[in-house]
Amino acid sequence: MTIPPPFLPPPLDDDAQPFWDGCALGELRVQRCTDTGRLIFPPRPLSPHGSRRAPEWVAVSGRGTIWSFVVPHPPLLPDFERVAPYNVVVVALEEDPTIRMVGNLVAGSDGAIDQIDPAGLAIGEPVQVVFCPLGDGWVVPRWGRVPPG
Amino acid sequence: MKDQVAIVGIAQTPFAKRLPGSERSLAAQVIVEACADAGIDPSEIDGLASYTMETSEEVDIAKTVGAGDVSFFGQVGYGGGAGPGCVGMLAMAVATGQCRVGVAWRSRKRGSGVRPWASAAYSQLGTAQWSRPWGLLRPVDEIAVLWRRYMHEHGGTRDHLANVAISVREMANRNPGAVMHGRPLTRDDYHAARWISEPLCLFDNCLETDGALACVLVPAERAKDLRQRPVYVHSWAQGMPAQGHPMVNYWCDDPLLGPGWTCARQLYRNSDIGPADLDVAQIYDAFTPLVVLSFEAYGVCGRGEGGAFTEDGNIGLGGRLPVNTSGGGLSEAYVHGFNLINEGVRQLRGGSVNQVPGCETALVTAGECVPTSALILRR
Repeated sequence: MTIPPPFLPPPLDDDAQPFWDGCALGELRVQRCTDTGRLIFPPRPLSPHGSRRAPEWVAVSGRGTIWSFVVPHPPLLPDFERVAPYNVVVVALEEDPTIRMVGNLVAGSDGAIDQIDPAGLAIGEPVQVVFCPLGDGWVVPRWGRVPPG
Repeated sequence: MKDQVAIVGIAQTPFAKRLPGSERSLAAQVIVEACADAGIDPSEIDGLASYTMETSEEVDIAKTVGAGDVSFFGQVGYGGGAGPGCVGMLAMAVATGQCRVGVAWRSRKRGSGVRPWASAAYSQLGTAQWSRPWGLLRPVDEIAVLWRRYMHEHGGTRDHLANVAISVREMANRNPGAVMHGRPLTRDDYHAARWISEPLCLFDNCLETDGALACVLVPAERAKDLRQRPVYVHSWAQGMPAQGHPMVNYWCDDPLLGPGWTCARQLYRNSDIGPADLDVAQIYDAFTPLVVLSFEAYGVCGRGEGGAFTEDGNIGLGGRLPVNTSGGGLSEAYVHGFNLINEGVRQLRGGSVNQVPGCETALVTAGECVPTSALILRR
C-alpha cells in the first residue's frame, strides 16, 4: 500500500537511523539517557544529561497533544504546492511534553495531509501516532485523532 | 570593552528587487564608501568580519578594496542571527588590539537570487530532517508554529502583527531609499492579504532584496578625530540558549523563551543602559512575530505583553520606543538585518529620515529564531 504524496525524504545524519527503523516496526522511538532516564530528541551521540554517555533507544506510547499547527499556502515546493493548503502539526509527547514532533494530522494511515479541514484543528487536542507506509521503504509517522472516550 | 570602540563610517547600496553587479562587487563598493564616510583610506583596513553565509570572501574583498596586511578576520553563523554579532566580534578585536580599522559587511542578492528554502541544500541542515519531510518547508512556516502557540498562551492577535507591519511601513514611506516607499499599508490591506502560512499572511513576511551594507570600526580615541560623530559600541552579546535549535526551536523547555532571552542577559550585564533607557530600537523583523517576541526578550515590556506593546502608537515615531525607523526588513530592505545596524548609527548621528529627537541610545537585534546577537549603541 502506498499513501498519497507528498513526503520529502530526509537526508539522515549518523544518529537518525534507529528512529526510522522503529517506524518500520510500528514503534515511535526516541533516545533515553541511561543515567537519568530523561528522554532525548532529536537524537545525538551523547546524552546531554548525567555523565554524558551514549543514549539508548526506547519506544514511547505515541500519544500526545497538538502543541501548535500551521497551514502552509503557496509558494511551496511543487509536490506540496499541489496539495496546499495542508496542515502541519507539532505534537507534544505524553511522556515528555518538551519533545515536540513535527508531523501531519491525517484521517488514517492512508490519509492525505490536505484531507482534514484545518478549521477544526485545535491546540491541546489529543492525538495518536499512525504509521504511513510510503514507496521506497519509508514508513512515516503522522498523527490521527483519538476517538472520544 | 564598553565604549572603547566606535562605528565611524557606514555605507549602503540602493535597495531593489534586482541590482546589477555581483555580491562581491557590491560588497567591495560599500566597503570603500564606508571608509570614505569615515575619512579613512581603505589601505588602513586590517580587520574583516561578515556572515558565514556571505559569498564575498575576505581574501577577495581585501585584494579588491586594497586593504593592507589584515590581522583579524572572522565570520558569524546563523544568517539573520549574525549581524550585530559581526560588529560585536569585530569591536572586540579592535578593543583588544588585534586590529585597528575593522570593516563589517553583508552583501546579498536575495531579491534576484533563489529562495534558500526552495533549494535541496536546505534539507541538509541538521534539524531539517525532523521538520521538512512533513511540509514545514520555509522559515515562515517555522515561525508560524511559534506565533500560533503565542496566540494560544499569551493572547496574541493578528492585529498585533498588523500594528508592526503598518508602523514600519509608515517609517518606510518617509524613507525615499526604502523599497516600499510610496506604498502605504492599511489595516484593511493587511487583513485582506493572502495567507502564506496560517496564521501568518503576506505582510508578516519581510522583503526579498538585493543590497549590500558596511560599517567601519576604530578605537574610541581615534574616532574623536574623524569626520563623523562617533557611535560607540556600548555593549554587545550573542545568545544560544540551552537545548535551543535554529528556526525549529521545538525541543527545549519553552520555545517562546527564544535565543534573545539568553542574548539579552549578557547584553545588559555589560551595559549601563537598560531597557528603559533605550531611545530607539532596530529589531530584526524577517517576520512580524519576531518583533513581538523580541520586545519581551530584550525587556522593553513584560512577558506576554509584547502584543500589547505594539498598540497605542508605542512603536511609531513619537511613541515610547520607535522601532525600525528606516522601515526594517519588512519595508526598507531585507539584507539579513544589516540595514538595522546602519539605521541605528544614523539615529545616533542625528541623520535618520525618521530622526528620534535627542536620540542617545539604540538597541539593534538579530533574529529571535536562531542563535542570535545584539548591540547597544550610544553616542
